[in-house]
Amino acid sequence: MKKNLPAVALILALLALAATLLPPAKPRGFDLAAFGRLPVLADGRLKPMDTVARNSLLLLQGRQRVTTTDQRSLTPHEWLLDLFFQPAVADTYPVIRIDNADVLSLFNLSTSDGAGGVRFAFTQLRSGLAELDRQAQLTADVESAERSVFQRAVAELHDHLMLYDRLKFTLQAPDTADFPSLLKDAASVKTGKTVFESMDTLSRLRVVPPGAAVAEWRSAGRSLTASVASGDVEPAMLAYTAMGRAWLAGHADEFNAAVRDYTLGLASALGPVVRKCSLEELFNRAAPFYTSQLPYIVAFLCAVVSWLRWSDVLSRTAFRLMALAFILTTIGIAARMWLEGRPPVTNLYSSALFIGWAAVGLCLILERLDGHAVAGAAGGLVGFGTLVIAHHLALSGDTLEMMRAVLDSNFWLATHVVTVTIGYSATFLSGFLATIYILRGALTRSLDRGMADGLARMVYGIVCFATFFSFVGTVLGGIWADQSWGRFWGWDPKENGALIIVIWNAVILHARWGGLIRQRGLMALAVFGNVVTAWSWFGTNMLGVGLHSYGFTDSAFYGLLTFVVSQVALIVLALLPPERWRSRLKAPSVA
Amino acid sequence: MITFFFKSLASALASIRLTVVLLVLSILMVFAATLDQVHLGVWGVQDKYFHSFLVFTRITGTEIAVPIFPGGYLLGGVLLANLLAAHFTRFRLKWSNCGIWLTHIGLILLLLGEGLSGLMQHDSQLRIDVGQTKHYAESFRETELAVSETTDAKFDDVVAIPAVLVEEKAEIQHPKLPFTLRTTVYYPNATLRMKSAMPNAPVSTATLGDGAEVAVLPTPVTFKPKESNWPTAFIEIRGTDGPIGTVLVSTLLVAPQVFTYQGRTWQVELRAKRDYFPVGITLLKFTHDVYPGTQIPKDFASTVRLHSDDGHEDRQVRIFMNSPLRYAGLAIYQAGYDNNDRTSVLQVVRNPAWTMPYVACGLITLGLAVQFLIHLLGFVRRRSRSALQPATA
Repeated sequence: MKKNLPAVALILALLALAATLLPPAKPRGFDLAAFGRLPVLADGRLKPMDTVARNSLLLLQGRQRVTTTDQRSLTPHEWLLDLFFQPAVADTYPVIRIDNADVLSLFNLSTSDGAGGVRFAFTQLRSGLAELDRQAQLTADVESAERSVFQRAVAELHDHLMLYDRLKFTLQAPDTADFPSLLKDAASVKTGKTVFESMDTLSRLRVVPPGAAVAEWRSAGRSLTASVASGDVEPAMLAYTAMGRAWLAGHADEFNAAVRDYTLGLASALGPVVRKCSLEELFNRAAPFYTSQLPYIVAFLCAVVSWLRWSDVLSRTAFRLMALAFILTTIGIAARMWLEGRPPVTNLYSSALFIGWAAVGLCLILERLDGHAVAGAAGGLVGFGTLVIAHHLALSGDTLEMMRAVLDSNFWLATHVVTVTIGYSATFLSGFLATIYILRGALTRSLDRGMADGLARMVYGIVCFATFFSFVGTVLGGIWADQSWGRFWGWDPKENGALIIVIWNAVILHARWGGLIRQRGLMALAVFGNVVTAWSWFGTNMLGVGLHSYGFTDSAFYGLLTFVVSQVALIVLALLPPERWRSRLKAPSVA
Repeated sequence: MITFFFKSLASALASIRLTVVLLVLSILMVFAATLDQVHLGVWGVQDKYFHSFLVFTRITGTEIAVPIFPGGYLLGGVLLANLLAAHFTRFRLKWSNCGIWLTHIGLILLLLGEGLSGLMQHDSQLRIDVGQTKHYAESFRETELAVSETTDAKFDDVVAIPAVLVEEKAEIQHPKLPFTLRTTVYYPNATLRMKSAMPNAPVSTATLGDGAEVAVLPTPVTFKPKESNWPTAFIEIRGTDGPIGTVLVSTLLVAPQVFTYQGRTWQVELRAKRDYFPVGITLLKFTHDVYPGTQIPKDFASTVRLHSDDGHEDRQVRIFMNSPLRYAGLAIYQAGYDNNDRTSVLQVVRNPAWTMPYVACGLITLGLAVQFLIHLLGFVRRRSRSALQPATA
């Protein structure tokens, strides 16, 4: 058994991964996955209904699962269908998260009224909407950096409710009890004209594909308004109405047939769009970045335990699991690139994925060169950590968002952003390798001379690598700025952050070349590199938020602060006199 | 004794300890400057930290400024000296360290280039409406006092006086002007109200133009990126035979102040400093695309016509995001829009040293690549050698 552990672990992990690709269950016979693949234009991008449902729920309540007040569990699709076709019922589902007690008091609610203390139903909020609107008006003129905690919570909830409303009126107008009957025949369509116009202004989703007459995606309201004049209802609207009727009546067969017929009709005219949306639905369901967290953390634990016992078997297990998770995240990143038609890093979320991916890639190489499961532990931890960070960043909405005009340049995104992100990731990696050196050396007896020298070589090599990539990346950023704005360097916070990383790596190298530091000094400085990189990555984005006295409750700011404190503690540990370390290292063979 | 002193100074200047100290100091400076941007804005920070020899701070409650930290010019300068000294004393040019040489030469160029840019780079803004033609851009922060004679309807004779003379309340004389000007009151930032709307406002000392109708309310100087300062001054004008009167000037006043003296008509105006081009720029079209169904900007583009005064240049150019127009040492790029998409805001940068960073960074990149590859090759060679020897442990 022990000998076969690496193979067994790999097979188990593969089985678990394969399970994520299985077709999902069909609740009550409804083929919800097929509904989830239907394309729709939202936030400037064509995406499947599945993405709309999942991202809306993430934004509204911070998770995808919906639990009704009578403890039924709904998938994101079921929730979206209810919101579309029976909003009065959907309004009773607690899907709106409110954490701020002052905001709750605007609605005369307390935490005990909410599901899990934080999730509330639209019906519970209805009475306070006017007051929320008034508060949001008061906040609107305050610059976001200057807002208080309460003001920010108000603005956020206001945005969320707006999103909720605009989703609700995608296929249904406000206060129309029997909406599908408006589409029964040409005469009933006419009576709905004003209703359709108001739907067009309210709706956020454009569900109607380009047709013979119009070349763009339109909202249901716009399409129906045109129908009033022409007398014809477009196939997409007939299909959605049929789905709605079947969903309300509980007729799964009719629902599935409507979805199938509509998809077939689309496939002939919009084949690539349908294929993209199908892949995105599969990608959402398989959630490769979520699934990879487990093999990474297990790899990390195996690597750590391997330092104490079963070193050979466990380090091989760790390596294989790490390689597996690496392949999985590679596929995930490649899928995102194909969906978006962009280089890998386009926003903070994708930078977290890529930093982890590049660091793990380096660890795989290091681990092949020099076993001992040291790089294995670092890779598992960095891989897991960056995926957790990415998971939290995804709560702020669609991670495949459109690029603002100034960033709309695939060439510079591919060169500058990728290179500088590799620089970040290498700087982090050297810091994490140094962390292993310090923790093992100071707290255990397991760090011997050979291991210490090996780690020192790795850290030094990675710092060189980081210096090169962060410098080249920063320079490419300067060239981009010069090409677009006529200036090479403008001292803005993000530029300064990258510059500080470059200089810090140069400090480490010069201090070592000048003999000012030896092994433990190198480790201490490399750990401080983590602080520098974390600041550049996140801290610069918080400027104006985290630094204002009332912005201090920002959870990301606290996260950063905790991280910095932990790194400073490691540095203190590194600087303890050698006799206080549990591992007694003889004089180093290389300075 | 003296040679000993110079030798020890040279070796101190060339030491790698000094390099490390300087690098750490520059990190601290950049970090502090980044934080301070919240208060000072990006321009204020550049003046205070990067384009200065010493960073000063005011002792709270007083006007006394004390230096607390070396500024960008000082750190960059000493770093430059340190690098040069190290190469004159410690480094010998060998194949094994040619990467370091390349890197350091690149770095020297980069420091010099950044210093030059700091001294010579000039930014201004061109706000232009569709159909309008302009021959100049306007500075964001600098102002000038323009005095022009408009007696002849065919052309204006303009004298532009740097704002610093207005601020310093100096006596301003110019051969073209038959009078002198001197500031009596100067506010770096102010708001203006109609006096009729504010009966309790202080009395305006202006006697010429429409300044007498206006109430001036001094306001604190702002550093916020989205706000502007509106310098305002009362200027006394004296002819050869005594005072002519006092005029109110402010960048907030849209129209210039008009007065007549000895039968000639004059205009006085405090306006954004102008940077004239050798060409006229006409905005033909401005487009602002968003992603469908959103407010997310997809592209901004200005189609302009360039027509030079000598008649050799007359062509259309499209300036859009990530694609500036480079012309006659200027880089003109799309910065924004205003007025419901009827006004395009272009930024104009003049930087004669703009190619230096390219050369410098090319050298550094090459140098780093060479040096680290040399390290890597050495490492691989050692590894394969040790792999050949039978393991003893």
